[in-house]
Amino acid sequence: MELTGAEITVRCLADEGVEYIFGYPGGAVLHLYDELFKQDRVKHILVRHEQAAVHAADGYARTCHKPGVCLVTSGPGVTNAVTGIATAYMDSIPLVVVTGQVPTHAIGQDAFQEVDTVGITRPCVKHNFLVKDVKDLAVTMKKAFYIATSGRPGPVLVDIPKDVTTARCEYFYPDKVELRSYNPVVKGHSGQIKKALGLLLEAKRPMIYTGGGIVLGDASADLAQLVRALGYPCTNTLMGLGGFPATDPLFMGMLGMHGTYEANMAMQHCDVLLAVGARFDDRVIGNPKHFFQEDRKIIHVDVDPSSISKRVKVDVPIVGDVKEVLGEMNRQLAAGSQKPDAAALKAWWTQIELWKARDCLKYDRTSAIIKPQMVVEKLYEITKGDAFVTSDVGQHQMWAAQFYKFDKPRRWVNSGGLGTMGFGLPAAMGVYLAHPDSQVVCITGEASIQMCIQELSTCKQYRMPIKIVNLNNRYMGMVRQWQEFFHGNRYAESYMDALPDFVKLAESYGHVGMRIEKPEDIEPALKEAFARKDQLVFMDFVTDQTENVFPMVPGGKGLSEMILV
Amino acid sequence: MPLLIPANAPDLPMKHIISLLLENEAGALSRVAGLFSARGYNIESLTVAATEDATLSRMTIVTTGSDDVIEQITKQLNKLVDVVKVVDLSEGEHIERELMLVKVRAAGKDREEMKRMADIFRGRIIDVTDKTYTIELTGTGQKLDAFIEALEEGAVLETVRTGASGIGRGERILRV
Ligand SMILES: Cc1cc2nc3c(=O)[nH]c(=O)nc-3n(C[C@H](O)[C@H](O)[C@H](O)COP(=O)(O)OP(=O)(O)OC[C@H]3O[C@@H](n4cnc5c(N)ncnc54)[C@H](O)[C@@H]3O)c2cc1C
Ligand SMILES: Cc1ncc(C[n+]2csc(CCOP(=O)(O)OP(=O)(O)O)c2C)c(N)n1
Ligand SMILES: [Mg+2]
Repeated sequence: MELTGAEITVRCLADEGVEYIFGYPGGAVLHLYDELFKQDRVKHILVRHEQAAVHAADGYARTCHKPGVCLVTSGPGVTNAVTGIATAYMDSIPLVVVTGQVPTHAIGQDAFQEVDTVGITRPCVKHNFLVKDVKDLAVTMKKAFYIATSGRPGPVLVDIPKDVTTARCEYFYPDKVELRSYNPVVKGHSGQIKKALGLLLEAKRPMIYTGGGIVLGDASADLAQLVRALGYPCTNTLMGLGGFPATDPLFMGMLGMHGTYEANMAMQHCDVLLAVGARFDDRVIGNPKHFFQEDRKIIHVDVDPSSISKRVKVDVPIVGDVKEVLGEMNRQLAAGSQKPDAAALKAWWTQIELWKARDCLKYDRTSAIIKPQMVVEKLYEITKGDAFVTSDVGQHQMWAAQFYKFDKPRRWVNSGGLGTMGFGLPAAMGVYLAHPDSQVVCITGEASIQMCIQELSTCKQYRMPIKIVNLNNRYMGMVRQWQEFFHGNRYAESYMDALPDFVKLAESYGHVGMRIEKPEDIEPALKEAFARKDQLVFMDFVTDQTENVFPMVPGGKGLSEMILV
Repeated sequence: MPLLIPANAPDLPMKHIISLLLENEAGALSRVAGLFSARGYNIESLTVAATEDATLSRMTIVTTGSDDVIEQITKQLNKLVDVVKVVDLSEGEHIERELMLVKVRAAGKDREEMKRMADIFRGRIIDVTDKTYTIELTGTGQKLDAFIEALEEGAVLETVRTGASGIGRGERILRV
């Protein structure tokens, strides 16, 4: 039987096993919405802004093992979605974004709500398609899911003109597709792996640095096995947190611009570095020139060849999937007889302990004003370290990363690469739908939360009992901190004036609002909030306005040139 | 004689000819061009046309960059989903050809001289008026440059060049 393009699209989603589609209707997608209305296999979540649709799909994808899916209309629907798409692209998150387009005959005519969607999104998608013939629709959808989820994941966009949604053809959804131009390498070169292991075993001052690739590639168990077998220190990037258990004694904390003293010092002074699923970001190694003042051998494992030797030259490149490569390393290590150099390792750990003793994350625990770090620490205790935590962008994001100890992967959800304010709340909605029986927390700031505050309405509609922890310092704190350090205390436009009363705001959306002003009230407030299992609680913590994030590697400086508290 | 490069020589930008096979699909060209502009890579020329297999296009890009940059360029090109194969022709023996059409002043006493010059460079005169010749010339980019330089100042009225096409020498073949 012949189906319409709209029917086909929805059937593809259902046959792909899509549970939720996050979207917002409009003229170009009316036929698609009509088909969504007629079925109940795919549930539609109506957001209040297209940016949030993409962030929600993104939060869903980051915490379960499926791609996120969204649907937006042509023109402004697409342009609103671009921030979300770019956010997912920078962090390699698998999404399929379906967009409506004006009818094929109107393309290029400056038609109503026409934008060149494929052109606008090209630099921030893994791939995109414009489907001009309904006969190509089902196979294109399959390609989109395949490309989004394989190799280095990323968002894929499918642009469907309105007339294609009404044209008809036979429906056939292939089980799999092959593309002659796209074949990601999975298995690492075993000779290279052997060489890498040889180097690692000879190391005197080894360091293991892992990133988002461990989380995306579901390789945290393999990583833990390797790190523990070797007894080497391990650090995670902001994107890699939870990839190695934060409470493990071999864990060094996060590294980078706001990483721990010990992680950054060990990174700078190691003689053999194993980098896995991490991309030597500028926020991670600081000034590359300074990084290379020390001599070290670098092994780099990544599924994307272009991540290797992009910012730093490496000695042993290994292209492959993290799980495959670490699995092979573990096998070779177990099969061989060579062991790490125990004496050298002991000396190295002694050095590391000295660095740790610097206690770089200390803060004033006796302050009469709420310290933001303490809120995160208490949150960690009360949720027993087992919550899903999303965050926005700014100081609060760094404190969340430093003080919430993630022992499991896919628990920490934040925008690292693009640093998108407004991400936290909609991402939490996606996380909640993926894990409706878990605690979902959004750590945010009074500036960030206002960028997608309208989603409180979506949360009400779908009864999402998210706990919002607003670290309200009445400043764009991260901006203020840079202005304090590097711009002579001139706080240009970083003060958040005329803030709403967040308690009343939450209430007006039908949620519970709380304001917490004293350190001794942190714990009772959190307890009360989490006791309200079925309600969204907006906790407005009035925090110290002057608090800064330490350590800090200033821009252009080397990793060991940290500003410490 | 090969140039001797000292071991500690800085990684200098060099000219490279990169050849690709890509899916003959709308938008494939803009993905390649967009990649170069987005990442700040330099393009000296870019040519593209369908091949004997109508589903594939063949593209030749002439670019300059240090070894690190060229490595990234080939990796980034390979990463594009529409790109089927990439080779850096400059890594081995190859042939490079470019076509130029040049309209020159050819009046009075210049007329004979112009014809001689075209002959020396193995160009062909393909259009004639009382005052002008249009000359067709193929060769490496360097040869075409040399021709222009050899002409008297003011002789050139108009030039149009295709950009280089490249192919490996001998048995070196780029296909799916
Ligand atoms: C305000 C702010 C401050 C920041 N400060 C810091 C900081 O102090 N420290 C810090 O670390 N970051 C910081 N960041 C984040 C930073 O900008 C980068 O996003 C982050 O460092 C990148 O993490 P990553 O290297 O793990 O790479 P990701 O972006 O997570 O990339 C993952 C890598 O793994 C590869 N990969 C993916 N899947 C697989 C697989 N299956 N197998 C093999 N490889 C795979 C990918 O190809 C890619 O190279 C900050 C961001 C913001 C907004
Ligand atoms: C969309 C967007 N605009 C601007 C920025 C730049 N920026 C980074 S952090 C920040 C301030 C965030 O303030 P707030 O949410 O209150 O967090 P705080 O730093 O105070 O914890 C700004 C403006 C950004 N990251 N994203
Ligand atoms: Mg703030």
